[in-house]
Amino acid sequence: MKTPEMIEKEAVDVLKTLPENLSAKERAAIPHMDMPVQAPEERIHNMNEVALGYTEDEALVEANRCLQCRNKPCVAGCPVGIDIPAFIHKITEKDYSGALAVIQESSLLPSICGRVCPQENQCQKFCTVGKMMKDVDKAVGIGRLERFVADHEAEHVTIPEIAPETGKRVAVVGSGPASIACAADVRRAGHSVTVFEALHKMGGVLSYGIPEFRLPKRLVDKEIEKLAAMGIDFERNVLIGRTRTIQELMEEDGYDAVFVGTGAGLPKFMGIPGEDLVSVFSANEYLTRSNLMKAYDSSHSFTPFFHSHRVAVFGGGNVAMDAARTALRLGAETVDIIYRRSREEMPARKEEIEHAVEEGCNLRLLQQPVEILGDENGLVKGVVIRKCELGEPDASGRRSPVEIPGSDFTVDYDTVIVSIGNASNPLIKKTTPGIDTNRRGNFIVNEETCETSIKGVYAGGDIVLGAATVILAMGQGRKAAAAINKYLQESTIKNEKV
Amino acid sequence: MYRIVRKEQLSPEVFRMEIEAPMIARERKAGQFVIVQKGGDFNERIPLTIADADPEKGTITIVFQRVGASTFLLAELEEGEAIENVLGPLGTPTHIENYGRVVCVGGGIGVAPLFPIAQAMKAAGNKVSVIIGARNKDLIIEEDKMRGIDPNLTIVTDDGSYGEKGVVTVPLERMLKEGNVDHVVAIGPAVMMKFCTKTAEAYNTPVTVSLNSIMIDGTGMCGGCRVDIGGEMKFVCVDGPEFDGHLVNWDNLMMRQRTYKAQEKEDNDSCRGGICSKLGFEK
Repeated sequence: MKTPEMIEKEAVDVLKTLPENLSAKERAAIPHMDMPVQAPEERIHNMNEVALGYTEDEALVEANRCLQCRNKPCVAGCPVGIDIPAFIHKITEKDYSGALAVIQESSLLPSICGRVCPQENQCQKFCTVGKMMKDVDKAVGIGRLERFVADHEAEHVTIPEIAPETGKRVAVVGSGPASIACAADVRRAGHSVTVFEALHKMGGVLSYGIPEFRLPKRLVDKEIEKLAAMGIDFERNVLIGRTRTIQELMEEDGYDAVFVGTGAGLPKFMGIPGEDLVSVFSANEYLTRSNLMKAYDSSHSFTPFFHSHRVAVFGGGNVAMDAARTALRLGAETVDIIYRRSREEMPARKEEIEHAVEEGCNLRLLQQPVEILGDENGLVKGVVIRKCELGEPDASGRRSPVEIPGSDFTVDYDTVIVSIGNASNPLIKKTTPGIDTNRRGNFIVNEETCETSIKGVYAGGDIVLGAATVILAMGQGRKAAAAINKYLQESTIKNEKV
Repeated sequence: MYRIVRKEQLSPEVFRMEIEAPMIARERKAGQFVIVQKGGDFNERIPLTIADADPEKGTITIVFQRVGASTFLLAELEEGEAIENVLGPLGTPTHIENYGRVVCVGGGIGVAPLFPIAQAMKAAGNKVSVIIGARNKDLIIEEDKMRGIDPNLTIVTDDGSYGEKGVVTVPLERMLKEGNVDHVVAIGPAVMMKFCTKTAEAYNTPVTVSLNSIMIDGTGMCGGCRVDIGGEMKFVCVDGPEFDGHLVNWDNLMMRQRTYKAQEKEDNDSCRGGICSKLGFEK
């Protein structure tokens, strides 16, 4: 593995020999800059960010690899349509504030998206350089460049312009990525916006779910501060559905529209024997203890965490990787990630899987937990695991796992973390008459406008999509915001006519 | 911010606080709870049942016992000071109906959340008998309030320092034997609720209990509070906190409540010793 110093030296060497006007062929020949990271043996003992971010030299080299394609295939892969070649071009000119301005036309949270977006499935998947190299990993590091710009310009945050006050009021429920994106765009149009959050910290999954070592919380706090500076009101400790209902917000509290971005906040369990044992946790609980409640900082935090030696994580998504890597940092000696398909089918980002493996997490692939065994104190003592093989592709298009009869074996563990996804929280559905949901409990919305079955009530993010990504949630938040702004404008015109 | 307008020490370890929380006061119903977080990045979220509320004044009342570091720190707050975070009302309200005769059994700190339920049961037309129990006289709380609901209130202490000597199941069984008890509500330590349920089982009497499992967010997100109710996984924070006592897997609940015993004891001891390294205070 290359050290940060080696990568920097490589960048300096490339820059020395870079000709003035590069041809496409010359650009494609520039070596791809690796992301400097903390060494695995070091980073499992701290909560600091794993990926250190490009230096200016590294960013300049990587930016010069962009061919500035006229048809911009990467932009089509971006859920919020950032003008990617334009911001990368600004980097090559060392105009970093200009680069940030380009990004901010489309995305509000570059420091966050640059870190947590699955770029290999989005913008970078369509990158011409990656296609020429026949390797998506050799595509231009768009996400890394986005992060570089955001971090470089962190001190020069500009507050977007706000249109004159309209007197209209919008309630935004939840403060995760979908809600943040929606709140910002609605506020820009001059409407007053109140964000209601149930927890004592803003940010939703960015705060309670994604670990510090992947997304430092100071960045989340900073984004929230920016929104507050735009004049958005943040109300903590309000659980819509209990403290107030959607109906009360609209009929009694005078909100003209509501956006629901409450996420997929109900952990799923496997339904196998032993899940009620003491040292079995949902990934949500495990991560919330560590991230939101700061249990990892045990010399300060009053929230305890369970001290584990041998941990089994069930599941193969990003959250499973986060939980496994958190367990290592909390002192576990071994961490096994048990996943029923092969590495190929794992839903986690490739980079997250690689980081987990580098840190010493062990992948148990094509294996399925069938029972959790407990001791007389109700603590986990092992897991019965069944081997699987891959069968025909299922509805998701991935090859489905088929259990192999008679292949059961037992492995010793003292902790199990269940990370097989989330269902939607039924609270708003239960307390909002007339809201339509599908059989999974997700809100049914108009695809163009994100409007629900109730007029003036919009929804986006995981409450609509099921479990998706930060950037998709943001995309829906922005779509809903555009529709809300239009709806409020039309209702103003209508009222004026009357 | 949620200002403390009144603070009383009900017994050496039990405190009552009336807190400004107008939205919660307006919406709350009997049986619901709040999550309290003193403030800052490092304090725990503590689930506490709402003992009373005054919607006109916009206040709710919580009653808590100093059992660990976090409740110790909460008890340090004085009138006029504020709690940074109070979320609620959480959980499903108590199902109130006119059953006929209802016996309400409260143990220790559980007497506080029992009060609004006993009150609502009486308002619904039930004949309400109340039994309250504690380890000793000092730990008996809310006696006057409960006497307002049941003038023949039964008091039980483990050491006989007040009322009858013994445990709450003795008077409960006596009442069940009389034969006209239609419903039992029991709130207290898990072991007390377990034995109240067992006692009522012999008389085929339904029991409502209010469970106090470990939880973080209180909105259904963490799943830490999951309990086994008749073989089905339920979340105390959204499906409960009240359940049919006969369906609760008590042994599992008690086992899960002990998850962090070792760590909690350490913090508690250091606070009580007057040295709280986590807050850097020494007194």
